[in-house]
Formats: sequence, structure tokens, C-alpha cells
Amino acid sequence: MSPLLSLILIPLVTAAFCMAGAAPRRISLFGAGANLLLSLYLLASYNIGIGGFQFVSENPLFPAYGIHFSLGADGLSLVLILLATLVTFAAVWVTPKIEKFAGMFYACLLFISAGAIGAFSSIDLFFFYAFHELALIPTFLLIGIWGSGERQRIAWKVTIYLAFGSFILLLGLIGLWQAAPPELRTLDIRLLQQLGYAGMMQPGPVVYLLLLFGFGILIALFPFHTWAPEAYASAPAPAAMLHAGVLKKFGLYGLLRLAIPIFPAEIQQFAHLVLVLLLGNILYVGFVTLAQKRLDLMLGYSSVMHMGYAFLGFVALNQLGLGGMSLMLFAHGLTIAALFALSGEISRRTGTLEFSQLGGLAGRAPQLGLLFGFAAMASVGLPGFSTFASEIMIFFGAFARGTVGAFDWYQTCTALALWGVVISAVYMLRAYRNIFWGSRGSAVKDDTEDVSSGERWAVIILIAGLLLTGFRPAILLDYLNPVFAYLAP
Amino acid sequence: MNPLYLEVYVVVLGIVLLMAEAFAGAGHKRGIAYAGILGLLGILAATFFVDPAAMNSAAPYMKFYRADALAIFLKQFALLSTIIVLVMAVEYAPTVEANMPSERRGAGLGEFFALPVLACAGLMWMASAVDFVMIFVSLELVTITFYVLVSYLRQSNASLEAGAKYLVLGALSTGFLVYGITWVYGVTGHTNLAAIAEALPGLDYAVVPALLFGFGLVLVALGFKVAAAPFQFWVPDVYQGAPTPVTAYLSVASKAAGFIVLLRVLETFVVIPDLQAKILPVIAVLAGATMFFGNLAAIPQSNLKRLLAYSSIGHAGYLLLGVASIGAPFAGTAILFYLAAYLLMTLLAFLVMTIVAQAAGGDDLSNFNGLNQRAPHLAFALLLAMLSLAGIPLTAGFLGKLFIFECAVQQQHYVLIALGVVAVAAGFYFYLKVIRAMYWQQPANPDVPEIEVSSLAKITIATLCALIIWLGVYPAPLLALLP
Repeated sequence: MSPLLSLILIPLVTAAFCMAGAAPRRISLFGAGANLLLSLYLLASYNIGIGGFQFVSENPLFPAYGIHFSLGADGLSLVLILLATLVTFAAVWVTPKIEKFAGMFYACLLFISAGAIGAFSSIDLFFFYAFHELALIPTFLLIGIWGSGERQRIAWKVTIYLAFGSFILLLGLIGLWQAAPPELRTLDIRLLQQLGYAGMMQPGPVVYLLLLFGFGILIALFPFHTWAPEAYASAPAPAAMLHAGVLKKFGLYGLLRLAIPIFPAEIQQFAHLVLVLLLGNILYVGFVTLAQKRLDLMLGYSSVMHMGYAFLGFVALNQLGLGGMSLMLFAHGLTIAALFALSGEISRRTGTLEFSQLGGLAGRAPQLGLLFGFAAMASVGLPGFSTFASEIMIFFGAFARGTVGAFDWYQTCTALALWGVVISAVYMLRAYRNIFWGSRGSAVKDDTEDVSSGERWAVIILIAGLLLTGFRPAILLDYLNPVFAYLAP
Repeated sequence: MNPLYLEVYVVVLGIVLLMAEAFAGAGHKRGIAYAGILGLLGILAATFFVDPAAMNSAAPYMKFYRADALAIFLKQFALLSTIIVLVMAVEYAPTVEANMPSERRGAGLGEFFALPVLACAGLMWMASAVDFVMIFVSLELVTITFYVLVSYLRQSNASLEAGAKYLVLGALSTGFLVYGITWVYGVTGHTNLAAIAEALPGLDYAVVPALLFGFGLVLVALGFKVAAAPFQFWVPDVYQGAPTPVTAYLSVASKAAGFIVLLRVLETFVVIPDLQAKILPVIAVLAGATMFFGNLAAIPQSNLKRLLAYSSIGHAGYLLLGVASIGAPFAGTAILFYLAAYLLMTLLAFLVMTIVAQAAGGDDLSNFNGLNQRAPHLAFALLLAMLSLAGIPLTAGFLGKLFIFECAVQQQHYVLIALGVVAVAAGFYFYLKVIRAMYWQQPANPDVPEIEVSSLAKITIATLCALIIWLGVYPAPLLALLP
């Protein structure tokens, strides 16, 4: 059995055990841990010198339609798989005691994980799409059954929104398939990329826009972002970690995989449109984030806001920008997962996430405060965390994309986007101060406990990952850069 | 084996079952259903060994009857759905007994089990019919059986109302069909589809409007059968009032038969480019209206049976989209694959619904509240059926939609595709409503006893679930079977 197939099957089998009534927490931790180790082993055994897709396995399912169950991973896939297994492990770890249907809860988490890993390791368009959809229903159930607040309305909104986006994406993928010359039609992403490089595919702007907005809805591109903050605020913390940290990256991954090689001309043609929209993400949503009065909503908006940087790297269309973007997928995934895990801990201790009722928590829970401080700094993009490395690469890449001295669209937008860093510093530091410092809030009691050693480690792993790749981004960039090497001048 | 015998066996089986009913003891009526299931399974196995070459090509019946791969596939389709409907009918038997005027145990059950077998014979003939007369006769055989079955619950007002509505509208659509056939016959001088196809190119240009008028009337009649908007208005009431197994049968087998006849008639007419240019846009409009109406009108429904009725209208819309894209090379395969997927997921939904509704005392969505806590396996089966109906990947329903939409993209029906996107999103909403009831809501009465499922139903449900996933992941074997 190919190692990638094991990566997908382990969570699925574990989920089946959970539903069948095995002790869910123990077996899920075991499955997620095994997956994490396996993905690290794959990273270690990937041959960077050769590059390209490795660990390839192909099983033709229906040749006349060209559908193969093919798995394979290059540097980009492997980094994202590592992200998925790391966040899954942490999410399972921080899951508190579930009152109702514990087996179902863990099974849903593992299904999302399997869907994300499957999408990242598929080199067949059909399964690339299908695996992502696999994660849609668990999200619906997780928010609907275990969510907080107006969980039912929000679960509906998210599911319909995402289903709609997926369907637009599906039409784009069909268009992509049909754009190849009839005798060369294929669903194999590797062959599609080659056809794209060779200029033998001209799907045209309509297909590009379908893909851009299909993926864009999944990524919460402005103005299609309204589903995300509410969903993350309402979802239980482990679900928000997996969705914001891993699943949302599917859209960006898809753009990197399909749009970059096949639509270089269209990306330039519509660059101005994307630049305006991404400024909507960074500045408009940034200001909305500033106005939030609850931590979970603030984190939801901040995760939407950071997607703007990713798009900036995307339109930069050079190795620096795209390398930064793909590094950011990893860094942002770990950051937001750590933040959601901690916000779950805060609300479990105090029963609220309203800034007005919190304050002085660090006095009662110093370790929680320290961890949150680290995660908040990572989110702001402090040097030393890989978020900093990725953002600076994106800004340099986008600035270099413009003509020197002309101060054109790219450079203007980069300059404006830089203000996003200031905005995120303001809201993050303010949240940190409101929750952990100052006079004690009404929700913080004398018996409020600090994080236990078990809960601590899940977040420490995520932060350690951020610091390690922050001090030495080359660990990941060695894997990522060859994917876009052909773009280097 | 000569394929002609297949229908003969089915009719004989049906008559034998009816006769056996007279002699079966009051406690042994279910044996008739088991015998029917076994007999039909045997005939289903036999369909894989028929040899069309064994038929005498000079025989007069060859003008009416064709046993090509399409026909054989549809015969298998009819047999399979009848078998599952019989399984459902066994589960439904207590309701039938309760609604009979007679106090005798087992009253009315025998005919309830035997009539679907006779309808199955009609469906199988319809699959092979290549002459308007034959089409009409087999269609009537099916429809008249359904008149009886729909109003079978004689003490239920809803069932009687459904029966009356179905009778009136069925008769109306029959009238359209006959009138349309006379116009086509008047113009071409033939009722045989092959002969009509030969006569078409030589027709005087002046009679083309008359021909199109006749075809239009036939299309209206078939529109009633497959529940295409704007001829869908009878569907919700009839589907909700009829006994659940009959509803399932109506929505699967009867609809499939309508589509087969539509395909056969179309393939006669669309060979002439002039006619094609006039006919396909009409079908495209029907497809758009049906997809849109079926899926949007399903949103506010609170009764699962009624919701599935609207959903069946919506699926007729997707199938019509495939028919409108008939120019694409894969369109025929796509439609048949969709029909097969539709059979599996719809019958699975109806089967689970029959069982749960018996135990819960109704088929409102609220009766399904908290089903996950009462019967997790049934809830999972219904979840799978709903996911497949909604078109989630790795289920058969997704591939069906994918193939159909792919054909539509090839034929550049962009407006229809846009409508289809809205329809699919709406579909997500109302199918998820069922999932919400089962998994989110608390059961109204937590002390109700566990739902008992017979082993026959268990095996059928498990098989259907496995087939839905299998076709969703590995469709090659079925696609290889399709003509």
C-alpha cells in the first residue's frame, strides 16, 4: 500500500472505530499521532534532489472518462500534509470531554482530516475535488450539533455557501478538462500542468474566473467572506482549528496547483481585480476585525484578513511571492489553530469570550497567557515566527512584480497592504491586553484554573513548529521553492 | 434465451401469485411477497443470459418489439426496482391491513404484493416498445395498475384523494398521448418508430407544423409521466397520499419508463436537423423549469414524503438536462447512469422511511427527530441516501450529476447550467434538513421502543448503501454494462 493511501486510510479507519463505539479519544489520538509520524517520515524520505511528484500510485477506475485514483506528493503537497497531520493531532488533543455522541465528534474531526489529506495528495482532478467535499458534511454536523450561539442558522449558512462555491469550482474544473485538445484530455494534474507549460491549453478567462471565485469562496475572498467568521466563532474549537487551519488552505492550494501553470496570462489580465479584492480582505476586513468585541469573532475575521496576503503572493506570480504564499499556508494554519485552541481554553475556563467580561486572566492562568502571547505575536508576524518570513517574502515579491520607479498597481497595493500588519498588531495586542492584563474581569474567578500539562503540549507543538520554521524557513522552502522554480528569472 | 420470454415469465409469475393468494392462509400472505421477490430475482438473473439473436427477425412482432442493450438494461432496472418495492411492501403490510374495511387478518395483502409484478411486466414491455401502439398499450398496463395501487388504502382519505387525482390526470395525459399519436400517424402514415424515421426526410415542408404539433402533444403526455414542470402539479399530492411503496415505485420505475419512451421517440425525430433545432430548445426550457421548480419548491416542505416528491421533480429536471444535451457523445450513458443512481438512492430513502414511519406513526420530518439516537444504522443509511441525492462526491448521485453537467457544458447550455447550480444549492438545503432532523434534533418522545428491522430489509438496505458508495467510487463496471 502506498504511504499516501495509508495517510488517508488511517483517519478513516480510526473514524469508523470511533463510530462503532471504541474509546474515541484514545484511539483518535493514536491514529492522529501515527499519521503525524508517517507524514514526518514522508518528508524525510522525499528526495528533494529529484523533486516533482513522488510516492506516486495510480489505479485506473474508469479509463474512458479518464478517472484514476492517483496519489502523489511534491514538496508543496508534503508541507500541507504535514500541516494537516500536525493540526489534526493538536485538535484531537485539545478536545475537551464531549457530553453527547463523543464517538461522532471525533469521527467528524478525522473525516475532515482525511478529506484534507486526500485533497492535498490527489493528482487526479476528480479525487482532488471529491476529497474536499468529503469534509463538508462533517463540518455541518460539527457546527450543528456541538456549536455555540446560533449554531443551526450558521451551520446552514456555511454549508450552503461552501456547497455553492464548490459547485462553481466544479464547473471551472469541467471547463478546464474540456480546454485540452480532445485527444489529450486528462484529469491528471501533472499532465494538465505540462499542457499548461507547453501552451497547449487555452481555457480562457471564463474558466479562470470560475476557478478564482470557486476557490475564492472556499478561501473567503472578499466579498465572499461572510460565512467564515461566524462559522469559526460558532464551531467547537477543534473544528475551527481544522477548518481555518487546514481545510481553508485547500482553495489556495488549488490556485497554486492549477491556476499558476495554466492561467499565467489570465492571472495578469485580472490582476487588478484581485488586487482590489485582496485590499478588501486586508483593509476592509481588517477594520471590521478592529471593531470586534468577542475573541472568537475577532479571530475569525483575522483569519479572513490574512487570506488577503496570500492572494497578494498569488498575483505577484514570481518565485518569491509564491514561495511566501505557500510558506504562509503552513504558518497561518499553525497560528490560527493555536489561537482557536487557546480561545477554546479561555471560554471553557471563564464561560465567555466577550472582552468586556474578561481581564487579568494572566494572574490566574499565567501559562495560558504566555502561550496566547506567543500565538498572538505569531499572528502579528513578529520576526522569529514563520508568519514573518512568509509575509516579508510576499511583500517583496509583490513589490518586485511592479515596474521599478513607476509606482504602479502592484507597488501601490503592496504599500497599502503593509498597513494590514499595523492593523493586526493593534487588534491582537488589544485583545491580549483586554483578556490577560488590567483589572480582573467579571468572568475571571478566584478558582479559574491554568492550563494543565496535557492541554499545554498541544499548543506548544504548534508554536514550536512556527518558531522552528521561522528561524530557519529553509526547512520548508527547500521543499516549496522547486515547485515554482520555473518562474525564477 | 429468447428475450421475449422474460415478460412472459413475469406475467405468469404475477398470475400465479394472484391465484396463490386465494389459497394462502391468513397468516401466510407475506409468503406471496417472498415468492414474488424470489421469482423476480430469478428472472433478473436470466436477463444476463438472454440472446437477442434467438429472436426470429422476420416475425411480425419484431415491428413492435426490440431487445437491444438499452431495452435489456431497462428491463433489469424495472426488475430490480420491483424487487426492492416488494421488500418495502412487506414492511408496509401492517398499514395496508389497518386500512382495509375487512377485519380479517391479511386482508388485501395478496393483491398488494402481486400487482407490482404485473406493473413490472408493463415496464419491461415499454423498454422494448418501438411502435406507438405498443408504447401506448404497455404504458396503459402500467398506469392502470397504478390507479389501483395508489388508492389502495381504502380507509385513508389521503390515499383515495391521491387515487382520484392520479386517475383524472392520468386519463388526461393518456388523451394527450393518443391525440398526439394520431397527428403523427396522420402526417407520416406510420405508428412504427423506424418507419416514421424513414418517412421523415421525404415529408412535405408544409406538414412539418402538424408533425410538430403531434410531437408536442406526445411530449406533454410524457411530461406528465416523468413529472416535468409545468406538468408536475399532480405529483406532491399523489406521492404523499399513495402507500409509500407505491410512491417509491411511481417515482423510480414509472419515471424511468417515461424517460425511455422519451429517448426512443426523440431518437426518431432528432435525426432531422430542422426538427432537432425546434425540439431540443423546448426540452431545454422544460429542463430548466423542472430543475428550478422542483428544488426550490422542496425547500419549505416539512413532510419527508412530500419533500421526496419535490425532489423527484428536481431529479427529473437534471435528467431532462441530459436529454436536452443529447448531442453530446456521452449523453445517453450519462442519463442511464443517472437513472441507475437515482434508483438506488431514492429506493433506499423510501425503504428507510417506510420502516421509520411505521414505528414512529407518521412521515413528517419531526417523526425523524433524533433518529440517530433511536436507530443509528437506519439514520446512517438515510444520511447516505440524502448525501447521494444532494450530490456529495464519492456517492453515485455525484457522478450522475457530474456526467450530466459535463454533457451540458459540451453542448454549451450555459443558462441551464446556471439554473442547475442554483437548483443544486437549494437541493443541499432541503436534503440537509433531513440530516438535521436525524442528528441535531432531540426525539419528541425519548422512551419509544427500538425500531425493529426485518433481516430482509436489513440486507436490502446494506446492499443499497454498498452499491451507492461503490458506484460513487468505482463506476467502471456499471458504465461498461451501459449501452
